[in-house]
Amino acid sequence: MALLEVEDLRVSFATPDGQLDAVRGLSFTVESGKTLGIVGESGSGKSVSTQAIMGLVRGARISGSALFDGNDLLTMDSEALRKIRGAEIGMIFQDPLSSLHPYYRVGWQIIEMIRAHDSSIAKDTARTRAVELLRLVGIPQAENRVDDFPHQFSGGMRQRAMIAMAMALNPKLLIADEPTTALDVTVQAQVLEVMKRLQEEFGTAIIMITHDLGVIAEVADDVVVMYAGAVMEEGARDTIFYDAHHPYAEGLLLSLPGYGTRERLVPIAGQPPSLISLPEGCPFRPRCPYAFDRCTETPPLLDVGDKDDHGSACWLPADRKARAGMRHQPATKRPVAKRAAKK
Amino acid sequence: MGRFLVRRILQGLLVMWLVTIAAFCLFFIDPSGPMSVARRIGGRQATTQQLHRIIHDLGLNQPLYKQYWHFLWGAPGRPGLLQGGLGRDYYFGEPVTHILYQAAPITFSLAIGASVLWLAMGLASGILSAVRPRSFLDRFFTTIALFFYSMPTFVLGLLLLLIFYFDFTTKLHLAWFPAAGYVAFSHNPWEWVHHLILPWMTLAVVSAAAYTRLSRSSMLDVLGEDYIRTARAKGLTERRVVLRHGLRAALTPIVTQFGIDLAVLIGGAIVTEQVFSMQGLGFEAVQAINNQDLPVILGIVIVASAAVVIANIVVDIIYAVLDPRVRLN
Repeated sequence: MALLEVEDLRVSFATPDGQLDAVRGLSFTVESGKTLGIVGESGSGKSVSTQAIMGLVRGARISGSALFDGNDLLTMDSEALRKIRGAEIGMIFQDPLSSLHPYYRVGWQIIEMIRAHDSSIAKDTARTRAVELLRLVGIPQAENRVDDFPHQFSGGMRQRAMIAMAMALNPKLLIADEPTTALDVTVQAQVLEVMKRLQEEFGTAIIMITHDLGVIAEVADDVVVMYAGAVMEEGARDTIFYDAHHPYAEGLLLSLPGYGTRERLVPIAGQPPSLISLPEGCPFRPRCPYAFDRCTETPPLLDVGDKDDHGSACWLPADRKARAGMRHQPATKRPVAKRAAKK
Repeated sequence: MGRFLVRRILQGLLVMWLVTIAAFCLFFIDPSGPMSVARRIGGRQATTQQLHRIIHDLGLNQPLYKQYWHFLWGAPGRPGLLQGGLGRDYYFGEPVTHILYQAAPITFSLAIGASVLWLAMGLASGILSAVRPRSFLDRFFTTIALFFYSMPTFVLGLLLLLIFYFDFTTKLHLAWFPAAGYVAFSHNPWEWVHHLILPWMTLAVVSAAAYTRLSRSSMLDVLGEDYIRTARAKGLTERRVVLRHGLRAALTPIVTQFGIDLAVLIGGAIVTEQVFSMQGLGFEAVQAINNQDLPVILGIVIVASAAVVIANIVVDIIYAVLDPRVRLN
């Protein structure tokens, strides 16, 4: 049995302009000890969906199911869910400075986490554990830095401290919501490294939410590509990177700069749709370079290719060549014209 | 922290010194000569003979810097401000400090009790509103707050007197609340509270309204912060999230407002003291103004500005206690 099975998750908000459907029938599973990458642009519903599962979204209508160890997180009472938050499912967020309480010492915040779930643990023991955790995530002189305030830490150290806190009770699942977005590239790599190491050591499953395909390539086992609150494509990491089927996934990959190449990036044309008034049929249709008449009908997640875990919400044929012929403009990256050569 | 404190206190002393200069200039400098200064000090009914005596006693013929020195430090037989002297009140014929000593405890009692009450009422209703915005409770508190916010103090004071003193006593024959007066805490603590309840309620209800709104908006802001989401993600109880993580951060603007309000109140709760006939600083100030009794006015100005300066220093200290980023910078 999978650790977390999310089935047909729907999250909507009542706004003055009408009902906003942030997540529209999202399903995914996370296996123990594995990393699921959820990728998508801002507003695709990737953060809202996990926060809704954890009961951290207020004022939303939520339906569907999210079985964690067989218990539905969406229907259990708030006290039971509270006990799971932190202890069984840890979370880290995008901006580590604003995510740590500015008025409390880093160590205090970790100790609070430990004692919130087991008040029988003595303060000293919890403190020793906090130092140990900080050392584990690579904070130098952890026994001194434990008494620092968050603003005395650097950006990378803050995110490490967040990871230390989230991992304090050895949770089965860590939800990392854009954990590297606010960090420098070099620091990003360090933070990902720490997460990978902890995953190997403790067998924690990770949901890595990001808009950065580089991060996905680095850590994910499986990938879910989200757009406008729904899954566009899912599959193993290599399948998504080398054999993407959905035009949106392809668009994301084409807009990714490659290392050492001088090719013009191909951005996805247009803007993401309003979640209040979605286009009929496939939500990506207005921006899709392959759109054809059938796209006014919403495609379900269809099996593609020979791999059984590869699904794509697109009517296009599975065959790559047949697909390429249906594109309105060429999809290949072109080399950047060298201006120097002209002179 | 130590250096921060010393710097703040020195700044406060500087402000107080400037206040004494300003007050001195207002009261003791007059282009038409010492006689008109003496008339202001002596009051309306002083005779020419008395005025000459005042000029002689206070050395109003002497150069200004000497007069200021006398005012600040004192002259033989006449302690100045730094020695705790504020001169003599010629109207009542007693030292100004004497009058202030009698009036100040009344105003302090009024201010302390009322501010504790309004802070408690304002914070509690504000937090409850913020935790469930747009709920029935939130709307209820908002309505109540706006109602009392727009009610003048004297109306509320008289209304409370009418209901709790007059109606209770005459119609229900329950003499629960006295109409006026003040009993010192040292004399009888119960009677002290007993006499102060209605004035406290008057001041507190009017001010609590502002604190309900302030703490609601401050708390709402804080509850939207990322670190509150973290606190919830840690699996803390909602109570702890709100009170330990939310309130601590939401207190900063409330402390600022509280410092200002309390300081202003210590300068005299003029209307409330009038309504309940309590002879506090506000009452004395009004009386002194009516009598053109400048020494008392001067004394109250000094006390009121000291209250503002001290309150600001205390607010800064509380900031530093609340927010480590202030402490360490």
